[in-house]
Amino acid sequence: MMTIGLNHFLIVSGLLFCFGIFGMMTRKNAVMVLMGIELILNSANINFIAFAKYGNFGYHGQMIALFVIILAAAEAAIALAIVLNIYKNFATVNVDEVNNLKE
Amino acid sequence: MSIEYFLNSLYLIKPEIAVTIFLVLIVLLDLFFSKKNHLLPFFAFLGLLITGYFVIEQFDIKGLAFVTNDSRAMVTVDSFAAFFKTIVVITSLYFVLLTVNSKEMDETHDRRGEYYTLMMGMVLGMFFMISGSDLILLYLSVELVSLSSYVMAGFAKTSERSSEASLKYLIYGALSSGLMLFGISLVYGLTASTNLYELNALIVVSQANSFVLMFALLLIFAGIGYKISAVPFHFWTPDVYEGAPTPVTAYLSVASKAAGFALLIRFIKVSFVFDKDTLGFWSSNPVFNWQDFLIVISVATMTLGNFAALWQKNVKRMLAYSSIAHAGYLLTGLAVLSDTGLIAILVYFAIYLMMNIGAFLIVILIKNKTGSEELDNYDGLGFSMPFLGVSFTIFLISLTGLPPTAGFIGKLYLFMALVDAKMIVLAVIALLNSVVSLYYYIRILKHMFLAKPKENSPKEELSLQQILIVLSLVIPVIFFGLYFSPIVELAKNSILMLGF
Repeated sequence: MMTIGLNHFLIVSGLLFCFGIFGMMTRKNAVMVLMGIELILNSANINFIAFAKYGNFGYHGQMIALFVIILAAAEAAIALAIVLNIYKNFATVNVDEVNNLKE
Repeated sequence: MSIEYFLNSLYLIKPEIAVTIFLVLIVLLDLFFSKKNHLLPFFAFLGLLITGYFVIEQFDIKGLAFVTNDSRAMVTVDSFAAFFKTIVVITSLYFVLLTVNSKEMDETHDRRGEYYTLMMGMVLGMFFMISGSDLILLYLSVELVSLSSYVMAGFAKTSERSSEASLKYLIYGALSSGLMLFGISLVYGLTASTNLYELNALIVVSQANSFVLMFALLLIFAGIGYKISAVPFHFWTPDVYEGAPTPVTAYLSVASKAAGFALLIRFIKVSFVFDKDTLGFWSSNPVFNWQDFLIVISVATMTLGNFAALWQKNVKRMLAYSSIAHAGYLLTGLAVLSDTGLIAILVYFAIYLMMNIGAFLIVILIKNKTGSEELDNYDGLGFSMPFLGVSFTIFLISLTGLPPTAGFIGKLYLFMALVDAKMIVLAVIALLNSVVSLYYYIRILKHMFLAKPKENSPKEELSLQQILIVLSLVIPVIFFGLYFSPIVELAKNSILMLGF
């Protein structure tokens, strides 16, 4: 039976990171873009915890992950408020249509 | 950790504690005395003055706060931090004055409480960005500043431009801070530490995979580069600066840029520099060639900023590109990696504060009368508003870097640092860039003084307070252009940083 090691976690986190960036670049709906941000933050979280566990770095990594989870929640709250305001002013949440400031 | 030690650490972060107390007090006052919220600006001003007093006290103190058993410090207090904190406090004081005098902010006056709470939050975040010495604390404070400024950029809720600015700021900001966090996680994996002081030793010892380390450092630079709007991460700058309320734009262009620069300088100097020769040149760790990297970034930043500013029709957008260009000049000072370069950066920042806030102040006062920031509507304003016209001229000449204004001194010290380090090519590129910038700054003056005034152009009616605020920026810009040794002396005394 194969044991699960650090590399497996790093592959998962690397994939999540790439999906997050890909999602942010290609999605047009602002809410989907925000989900891409969550993927990036969580991929970093996986890294922190996996490194702390397999590198025997103590609980520092887990603590950092807790901070990041709280921060992601705060960021999501503010981001949704901003998107709601965009919907009120533009009647759309498509980030490509919200583009008046351009020369 | 003994309680005594904890109390000593609290003693070292007095300014941060003062900011936090005033943040809470503003929330409470807004809650219980909402009818009297027109007094909140005075209260915020008072809070900033008290914070400023504690900051100035720290100029001679050096110490590490919140040190754990394995000698990791979370916060560093030194005169370098005190210098940048002073810049943040002064900018915040002007920010309050600008907000009070801006007609644009009139519609938001019922939400004053939130506004000054967010401002205090930003000040707290910037203080920790300036003096933090742990990557996680730095990341959290960058996010604290960013989250507050997303809301501030969209504070005029009903304005389409303002809400679009906040959305764009949010998307770019969240992406780059996410990249930064991923970079920090890789550094943590490679070195088992997030502390800047420990990284200095560990990066050499751990024989870290240099490719992964380089990738991680690039990702961390993405987060910092976004704060200082360095070139590959500058896309948000013009849109956000144009759309956000003008006081917020002025604040972002000086205070959060200062905090970002302080973070970058501390990150490079503490984690990568291990020695300094007698002439003050730093020898940095060979794992990452910061010098070449910063040279490329700075040349790209100033060239793009200056050339894109050439064909802007909106004055705020033009000043946004000009602030990108100034970030480029400042990065050349860091690329030297020496004490003279650092002094030049500090001198430049002190001067940049006066001239940039001043330029935005004039834009606000003109918009109060004409209701527009378009360059075409500046036609002939030099005659109908002579005082504002002449003050704007002085600020723009200073931004170009011509004598006898203070901007010249800032550029002079930067170029001297470059020539000292025998980076003549870079100095010539920066000089040519200044020549390009002359064109677009002078174009504003051409519209103001040479174009025919529009009929029924509004009269210049300024309150005494507004005249005093303008004078408080115009006079130093000229005074320090002629007698600059106080600023230079202050900068020389402020380059002391703990660690190498």
